[in-house]
Amino acid sequence: MAASVTNLSPNETRPETRRLTGSQIIWDTLVNQGVEVVFGYPGGAIMPAYDALPQYPGLRHILVRHEQGAAHMADGFARASGSVGVCVATSGPGATNLVTGIANAQMDSIPIVCITGQVASTLIGSDAFQETDITGITLPITKHNFLVSRTEDIMPTLRQAFYIASSGRPGPVLVDITKDAQNASCDYAFDSTPVRLSGYRPDRYPVPEEFEQALELIRKAKRPVIFCGHGVIKANAMSLLLEFVHKTNIPVALTLLGLGGFPATHERSLGMMGMHGEAWVNTAIQEADLIIALGMRFDDRVTGNLKTYAPNAKKIHVELDPAEVNKNVKVDAPLLGDVREILRTLMPHVERLNIDEWIAHIETLKGDSAVRDIQELPDDGRLFAAHVIHDLWRQTQGKALVVTDVGQHQMWEAQYYKHDHPRKLITSGGLGTMGFALPAAMGARFACPGDEVWVVAGDGGFQMTACELATCAQENIKVNIAIINNGYLGMVRQWQQFFYGGRYVATPIKSPDFVKLAEAHGLKGIRVTKRSEVRDAVAQANQNAETTIVDFRVEQEDSVYPMVPAGADLHNMIRRPIPEGQGHNPIFETGED
Amino acid sequence: MATQTLRTFVAYVEDRPGVLNRISSLFRRRNYNIVSLNVGRTHEVGVSRMTFRVEANEDSARRIEANLYKLVNVLSVEDITDKPSVSRDLALIKVAVGPQKRAEVLQLCEVFRARAVDVGPDTLIVEITGTQDKIDGLVNILQPFGVAEMVQTGALAMTRGPEGEAAKSVHQPPILRGVTAA
Repeated sequence: MAASVTNLSPNETRPETRRLTGSQIIWDTLVNQGVEVVFGYPGGAIMPAYDALPQYPGLRHILVRHEQGAAHMADGFARASGSVGVCVATSGPGATNLVTGIANAQMDSIPIVCITGQVASTLIGSDAFQETDITGITLPITKHNFLVSRTEDIMPTLRQAFYIASSGRPGPVLVDITKDAQNASCDYAFDSTPVRLSGYRPDRYPVPEEFEQALELIRKAKRPVIFCGHGVIKANAMSLLLEFVHKTNIPVALTLLGLGGFPATHERSLGMMGMHGEAWVNTAIQEADLIIALGMRFDDRVTGNLKTYAPNAKKIHVELDPAEVNKNVKVDAPLLGDVREILRTLMPHVERLNIDEWIAHIETLKGDSAVRDIQELPDDGRLFAAHVIHDLWRQTQGKALVVTDVGQHQMWEAQYYKHDHPRKLITSGGLGTMGFALPAAMGARFACPGDEVWVVAGDGGFQMTACELATCAQENIKVNIAIINNGYLGMVRQWQQFFYGGRYVATPIKSPDFVKLAEAHGLKGIRVTKRSEVRDAVAQANQNAETTIVDFRVEQEDSVYPMVPAGADLHNMIRRPIPEGQGHNPIFETGED
Repeated sequence: MATQTLRTFVAYVEDRPGVLNRISSLFRRRNYNIVSLNVGRTHEVGVSRMTFRVEANEDSARRIEANLYKLVNVLSVEDITDKPSVSRDLALIKVAVGPQKRAEVLQLCEVFRARAVDVGPDTLIVEITGTQDKIDGLVNILQPFGVAEMVQTGALAMTRGPEGEAAKSVHQPPILRGVTAA
């Protein structure tokens, strides 16, 4: 190829041009993008690509049991690593099975690239076997998608897909590649120059006047609260936020996906806000005179009734996506851009605020509950989910990478597992996808091989993707699984109890014997019915070489408190009832009554 | 909420299959109420220009712009509602009119600066460009003669004076600063 090297400086080397098939180009491009693991499932329209896969031993392929699992694994990998996760599926049903996983990634802004096979370009539109319009189907749930029908477009398109997925506000990108494009060959040399797309401008910066406006609001604040959202973690702004709080002394409330973005055990951490936020957090928000929202989008689960939300507060909104500004909440000072860059710019201009009174007031809102510890409360023989989560936190010294499913256990995890580090809580926030936890944890396992990984799932959601246990067994993927087993679809049951007259329609759920289910897969299972057994079981599970299920048989009809009913005012919370004649409830009461 | 008004946008988009689908899907998904939408080629290969009108208040108009920018194939967007601009619809109206009243219809068309583009034994096709008001006015006048068919484009709009903001930033993406720059 030396003859073609003409305009290059001596230090530059042009990658060698080779003649490759589209299938080879797919994997070669992934390797060049730094991908080491892909999650997938073969099928007719992606078979040429799979046939070429063994030529790329640097790529580990994980054979899933259902393509939804592949998308969640890519998602879990992306959340844990901060880089792009990749999943692969065939056309038709393979592609449509990805849809839930893609929508989940879209709602939580997770960078994944989904590669699907498509029928030959000559057959497109003919209702061919396993043909489905997957770019049409995923159009509203991807950040962008592509249909590739020419071999020479595969590499540039995949490069664009990685760039789009990971830049700006991240999100899923789907690349649908026809079978004939996989089969044909073309000259190929990986292009490592920066991707440029004329219509795509992910970066933005505030103007100086906007900084001035925000700083003025901060200087004048008497009752400020910082909101730490997912954007803080995505922008790697954790240490800057910590520095900002140390400088200003402003307390921090967190969104579900923001947990870990500011240390939970820090004295200025208020904990999670919103529907199942602690009472003092929501009360403080309603009383605040300034909200500094960092990388969050004022979701309805965070705000409750918008008309009465934080009525006294001026709002500074630091946000990368301009479409989120003034969407739900009217903002006084928007700062559009990267959270990290904006915090860095603000930092030299802020100083310690005179807000001791406000801090003291929040402390009284916390009442004595903040210093009470369920660990110290007498064990009355009943096992509560909160106990399990609390003891899991203790036993893992707060260092585990916890991946939750969706429902009551998810909220208890958020309340009782104190995350001090980012990317150690992975949970489906926006879409609320049951069945997310196990596959997402398996994906996260590849990003953090040294971590103790715990799945926390309910008995209902776990069964939605329990087939991936077989993947754990076949691929030797070790995760620990805590099933918070209460025999109900607990969160729905709770709503039925509160809002539907206690009619438990379709919520009692019978499960298989989870211990035997684990054993049937050649994995381990432990059953726990008593509080005293929790920590030993957690330790044992982690010691086992193989994936281990711990089946925690918890109180059946416990509810998550406090609770702001959907659409209600943020300060109107349903509180944990204290039964008459009893001194206290065996569960930690969160907040002043 | 500020009041909803009819707002006019100009957008440059890549001329590729599926782009219009992406845009209309966005409008549908975000529940934007489209009044009219027009797409066509420009003097540049690979670049299409859209004019669309939506019912929106100022704030949602800004977010429409922001959401459009999130589409990878959208090159530039400009809300020209409050800018001096020229806006035109084109309509073709087939009037069921025979030789007796033809002259009368043609006379009326002249008032509207419309012109006949086809004459048949019992019909006449009239072409008119102008604002929606003007087209409606002509249709009302022609109605008694019998309107057999009618077709019309949505508005095409262009700002008056120098090259518009959207046109300028097709090839030179601006460094996006601040909220108002959307």
